[in-house]
Amino acid sequence: MNPVSFLAQMVRIAIPYLFAATGGVVAERSGIISLELEGLMLVGAFSATIGTHYSGSPWIGVLCGILGGLIFGLVHALATIRYRADQVVVGIAINLLAIGVTRFFLKLAFASSSNSPRINGFGGRAAAHGFDNPLLWMGLLAAPVLAFFLYRTPFGLRVRAVGEHPGAAASVGVSVNKIRYIAVAVSGMLAALGGVFLALDQHQFTDQMTSGRGFIAVAAVIFGRWDPVKAGLACLFFAAAETLQIQLQGNHVIPSQFIEMIPYALTIIALAGLVGRAVAPAALGKAVE
Amino acid sequence: MRKLLLVALTLLVVHAALLFAGGRGVAQSSKAGATNVGIVLDVGGRGDKSFNDGAYAGADSAARILGPNIRFIEPGEGSDREAGLRLLAAEKMNLVVGVGFIFSDDITKLANEYPRTSFACVDYALSVDDKGNVLPPPPNVAALKFREEEGSFLVGALAALVGKSKKVGFVGGMDIQLIHKFEAGYRAGVKQVCPDCEVIAQYAGVTPDAFKNPGKGKELALSQYQSGVNVIFHASGSTGLGVFEAARLMNKLAIGVDADQYDEAPGHILTSMVKGVNNTVYDVIQRVQTGTFKGGIYSFGLKEGGVGYVYDNRNKALIPDSVRARVEQLRQDIIAGRIKVPSTR
Repeated sequence: MNPVSFLAQMVRIAIPYLFAATGGVVAERSGIISLELEGLMLVGAFSATIGTHYSGSPWIGVLCGILGGLIFGLVHALATIRYRADQVVVGIAINLLAIGVTRFFLKLAFASSSNSPRINGFGGRAAAHGFDNPLLWMGLLAAPVLAFFLYRTPFGLRVRAVGEHPGAAASVGVSVNKIRYIAVAVSGMLAALGGVFLALDQHQFTDQMTSGRGFIAVAAVIFGRWDPVKAGLACLFFAAAETLQIQLQGNHVIPSQFIEMIPYALTIIALAGLVGRAVAPAALGKAVE
Repeated sequence: MRKLLLVALTLLVVHAALLFAGGRGVAQSSKAGATNVGIVLDVGGRGDKSFNDGAYAGADSAARILGPNIRFIEPGEGSDREAGLRLLAAEKMNLVVGVGFIFSDDITKLANEYPRTSFACVDYALSVDDKGNVLPPPPNVAALKFREEEGSFLVGALAALVGKSKKVGFVGGMDIQLIHKFEAGYRAGVKQVCPDCEVIAQYAGVTPDAFKNPGKGKELALSQYQSGVNVIFHASGSTGLGVFEAARLMNKLAIGVDADQYDEAPGHILTSMVKGVNNTVYDVIQRVQTGTFKGGIYSFGLKEGGVGYVYDNRNKALIPDSVRARVEQLRQDIIAGRIKVPSTR
């Protein structure tokens, strides 16, 4: 096993998780449960494909992907903040909606319910191992940058405050719902970038191409105890397990079922408190008046 | 609470509407007295340039030549599949076709509920009882099966002869018996022409998601190419599009599946192991139309022209004449029964 190709592959696999998990952390730290990461990624992947296809520029695709994520993030925010709908139910509904919407427009735009035509992407030199893709670097930086914002800026303090004790935050004049709107919108854009990376790396959108990556990101958020850096490390860890399985090349040393189980099993272990306490933001899931 | 219900309900309705929207069949005008055929497509749907498009093409030419009314349904998630079949059966279609192994259990169940309707299932998976005996399909079900291992054997030989390295690759979708057939035939084909070659076989996952995960397909293929593999055969639905993407990036070769996939990565597709889904679907519609439909197991292999590999003007340059001759000889050997191709690993 070549260490360079191992590390490169691990990073490439981790990028979609990293984007989605940091998105999940922002929203959940503000008190909004984020089960919709999978749907946001799918929308991001599709919007990026549309944008790149019609403009020819992957950068326009990135912008379109972010816009798609923003729109779906705002739908989530509207339903959970304005209308105080159950956050878990809305999250699941958005995942289902994303599958239907992307397929509908895929058919409308390209007359196929399976995949889009080939689009441009970034990089493409075999020797670069994928590191000639600017999105890859953005993905690696997402978690540390978010950590800086959350812990070192006044806005980050407000996000954490409305997630822990919205009443106290409101009493000192912080607009709880405004902060939450912003956090969920940012979460939508970040998670969408995970999908954008997938679509541009694949030079194509295929129906439901995120295949469960959003749920692995949700697992990483919980396993990382709602901390951006720890969640990022969890993403790298899950990606490393997957890479190990790929690189062991059909030797069946580790059954693939086992690898696929890891993120979810660890999430249960983390929630059960077996590796220290996993404390969610106190106001997570609670809407405010 | 009321608001919550309203939001959830609205989203659900929109979701369902979008799933079924736009699914216009080829023959919308229903002609009185004509045969009615309903077809439920598998994961992937139309435009997959593979399996479903094959079924669609077969039904389309049947509609034009034989004139039955045909209705297509493209289900979204798992539960929609049974609903789609049930809808068609309840509408008293003469023939209901499920395209894909995933319909096997639902078709078996519905066939017992609607004994007067004819059913056909492409890639029908025979079920097994507690004692391990194979259960035949119900009498009104035509189980259309392909001997994919025979076609895979030929492309395996091709991969080993053209690849010029001691390693050849295989990427499967979901880790199940149906895909193991491809792997087993492929392995045997490789070993036939190159006994000391190593076959690296990997699967994208253990759920149906593994058939639509191009990201995983690309990473699997990249690691195989980096370890010295020159040709990879995929049997993994749209996951295979990732394999082709890796072939482009590494400037290596890949082998398509089900239909001619040359256009997905021109110059990098050595050949494709094709399944004649279109002909079998056409055939079963014709049988229903002429009243000669009979349930049972239908098996299509090299001999029946049900499987094969692509060799045409576009990929000719990639396959030397001597290799072509060798593979054609193997085809004759299999048809004549001189070579037995295994169907299990």
